[in-house]
Amino acid sequence: MSQSPLHQQTLSQLASGLHKKSFSSVELTSHFLDRIKQYDNQLNSYITVCDKTALAQAKAADERLAQGNAGPLTGIPIGQKDIFCTQGIKTSCGSKMLDNFIAPYSATLIEKCDTAGMVMLGKLNMDEFAMGSSTENSFYGPSKNPWDENTVPGGSSGGSAAAVAGGLCPIATGTDTGGSIRQPASFCGITGLKPTYGRISRYGMIAFASSFDQAGPMTRTAEDAALFLNAVAGFDPKDSTSCEEPVPDYTQTLNDSIEGLTLGLPKEYFTDDLDSSIATTLNDAIEALKKLGAKVKEVSLPHTDYAVPTYYILALAECSSNLSRYDGVRFGYRCENPKNLTDLYERSRGEGFADEVKRRIMLGTYTLSAGYYDAYYLKAQKVRRLIAQDFHKAFADVDMLVCPTSPTTAFGLGEKTSDPISMYLSDIYTIAVNLAGLPGMSIPAGFVNEKPIGLQLIGQHFQESKLLNVGHQFQTVTDWHSNMPANYR
Amino acid sequence: MEWETVIGLEVHAQLATCSKIFSGAATAYGAMPNTQACAIDLGMPGVLPVLNEETVNMAIKFGLSVGAEVAEKSVFARKNYFYPDLPKGYQISQFELPVVKAGTLTIYLDDGTEKIVGITRAHLEEDAGKSLHEDFQGMTGIDLNRAGTPLLEIVSEPDLRSAKEAVAYLKNLHTLVRYLGICDGNMQEGSFRCDANVSIRPKGEQTLGTRTETKNVNSFRFVEKAINYEVSRQIAVLEGGGKVVQETRLFDAVKNETRSMRSKEEANDYRYFPDPDLLPLVISQAQIDAIRETLPELPQDKQKRFKEQYGLSDYDANNLVNNAPLGGYFEAVVKQTAASPKLATNWIMGELSAALNKADITVENSPISTEQLATLLDRIQDDTISGKIAKTVFECLWEGMLDVDGIIEEKGLKQVTDTGAIEAIIDDVMANSPEQLAQYRDGKDKLFGYFVGQVMKATQGKANPGQVNNLLKKKLCS
Repeated sequence: MSQSPLHQQTLSQLASGLHKKSFSSVELTSHFLDRIKQYDNQLNSYITVCDKTALAQAKAADERLAQGNAGPLTGIPIGQKDIFCTQGIKTSCGSKMLDNFIAPYSATLIEKCDTAGMVMLGKLNMDEFAMGSSTENSFYGPSKNPWDENTVPGGSSGGSAAAVAGGLCPIATGTDTGGSIRQPASFCGITGLKPTYGRISRYGMIAFASSFDQAGPMTRTAEDAALFLNAVAGFDPKDSTSCEEPVPDYTQTLNDSIEGLTLGLPKEYFTDDLDSSIATTLNDAIEALKKLGAKVKEVSLPHTDYAVPTYYILALAECSSNLSRYDGVRFGYRCENPKNLTDLYERSRGEGFADEVKRRIMLGTYTLSAGYYDAYYLKAQKVRRLIAQDFHKAFADVDMLVCPTSPTTAFGLGEKTSDPISMYLSDIYTIAVNLAGLPGMSIPAGFVNEKPIGLQLIGQHFQESKLLNVGHQFQTVTDWHSNMPANYR
Repeated sequence: MEWETVIGLEVHAQLATCSKIFSGAATAYGAMPNTQACAIDLGMPGVLPVLNEETVNMAIKFGLSVGAEVAEKSVFARKNYFYPDLPKGYQISQFELPVVKAGTLTIYLDDGTEKIVGITRAHLEEDAGKSLHEDFQGMTGIDLNRAGTPLLEIVSEPDLRSAKEAVAYLKNLHTLVRYLGICDGNMQEGSFRCDANVSIRPKGEQTLGTRTETKNVNSFRFVEKAINYEVSRQIAVLEGGGKVVQETRLFDAVKNETRSMRSKEEANDYRYFPDPDLLPLVISQAQIDAIRETLPELPQDKQKRFKEQYGLSDYDANNLVNNAPLGGYFEAVVKQTAASPKLATNWIMGELSAALNKADITVENSPISTEQLATLLDRIQDDTISGKIAKTVFECLWEGMLDVDGIIEEKGLKQVTDTGAIEAIIDDVMANSPEQLAQYRDGKDKLFGYFVGQVMKATQGKANPGQVNNLLKKKLCS
């Protein structure tokens, strides 16, 4: 195993290599920096590459390793989604609005990675302000899917997924507001975990929709995700919505038997809308879980049809308010020669935001407006509770839900850009999880027409351990997760 | 037609915390622009608010002091609008569910009568920054030091019926928040400012007239002027056959008038919704009970007590209650003297307050201690010195001399109470004023004062005035 190239290894393999001094963090970091140079002009997964600071961090990590006070992630390189504020480093959120923004502070997640001794390779591409399902909304151009560069990697954490899948970092962070970790993980054949809302601090993570946004790891394996979650989960006094729930050691339960575990299959997620070849592939994956001893039971989530509209009302209402701070006054893009205050606002925002962001701000502003608030926002809040109750009821009978991550495999670049609704529907299986604040994970479950497809596991609040356990057990009997696209092996 | 004025006030009291309501930045007034604004106050991408618990305790204190129900659960909401000194593009406030529900404040009008004014609600919110136009030619400067400063917005019912009542309410509220220690009450620095909702209606009419809101009036005097102006303006409009327009108006302190700022149609749609960055504010009964224990004696209770315990007039009680440190000084003096509380009040509200005002120092820094003043009052009480001579002693104390009895001794100020000595002086005076004596005995009673004056002059004011009066009367008539 240790013979395989560094970019094909899992975090625990890399950590073991570092601790055994088979290679140094500087060597490991240089390997990934070289690969970024070699491949990223094709993938466009990085917005900013931090060669110098990365090598400095790697050197510091090597010292820790030499002194014997290194942790399990010390010296491991990571790519950070460009939504996390990184002190002294450009933090663009994929937007022209923040193209000139050097963050004056670091997000809590970034600080935790620093404390763990991780090495930040750079900042990863994303849809502008995390609004999109393909990275085609990035100011820096779309990222490409390493399995087929004519297709999208998914979004909004598409740069993260492409970089992990293409071996341009061993782990990346993503954020998931309506599926932005899980859908690109599915499209790129990697493991993507969206933890329970409040499990990882949002401080310093640029807000799209505050009551949905959640950071999480995008990795090759469930075990890697567990290692990373150990380092970054937990209450943060700087984030009132982070939870005080104790953080277990997520690696401890990876090898638990899943014998007797009951998996629920939501019937609303397995309808004719789902491509039949995808359904077949997912059924094979579910069979594999059954062989491991899991039982399967059909459940119902009756309000499923309302998830997408509910989400788009609530998330866009929050987004319209969250993005008001980008006004050209204190930081970010400011238009040339503003004539007066209104002109400053209108042109700075008009020129600094691209179409999708503007569309969402307008929709959100509309639903919060006097006379519409009750009909849209309040009604949607009520439906949100019903959707959460659906899950709650289902979990009375089953331990976990299993369903598709996405209705399709990666679609072609430009295929959906002119049709926002079809783009929005790309998230139909992931969005309800965010409405209910539950943990969800996409794991590689096979290929359809040579494109990867993910299986989604949905757990109860704060039961990431169980998701990771099932994911890991699945990955001990399958090898979809260790496939790499031919051009990037 | 006779008109009735209807006024409701919205007061913004800046809470006296060290740090801001949602960040750790300091709140001290007067720092260099933008030196007390952290990433959170600047509305940087990715930052999140964390509620300063102290502001909640202060709001609870206020709620309890006006007999209001403190909400078990209240919610922070975003009030969305664009303005350069509003960094996030929204203000975090409370909208549908405020922390303090309905209560009442008993106020004392100038004539001593009581009135109960309804408090509709009080809620927590953050202040905005400041736009500075003067120092920047053709541009605007933004100072965000004030952004995120905690405010308690206290909304009254439309229970006030005149500008005078409005001012009385404000003064009582001002006293209350300072008693509670939740606001320094500094109106010049904007720590206590007021918006006035004013409407008029024909006397006897039940429905309210259309109101205007006059913004940000920051002194008691201006509130009175702004309301009076607004009332006359509205009367003129209605009597001229016009209609009052619902609008926001600004008070111009130079021209002494209010003028239109924006009408209801131009008003912002604030698009309030619950702030998803903050959990609902949940307050336990235990927390409320603990804070109830820390409540000081409230001004309305102290007012009652001062009247009952010390027999003070409404006017005196009001003055001593409104200035809590002076009230404390008064009580300390009363404890240490045999003189009457009324005498103590007179000296404290008279000589002492005048001297303090003149020197522009507060009673906490008074050069005359309560013990010294108590001794001085004792010497008046036991006839060692007269009230008039006491003023001389008071001046000596003010100048830094320490011992009341020592001053009296050293300066020979002791009152002459020896009847024989006073009689001898009276005899001298009568002998030296034969004309006045004759006139007096002819019935010109007014000349009695002349003789008193002469005797006092001859004794350098030290003769006991009561004795002088009695002895003079006897001698003049004999």
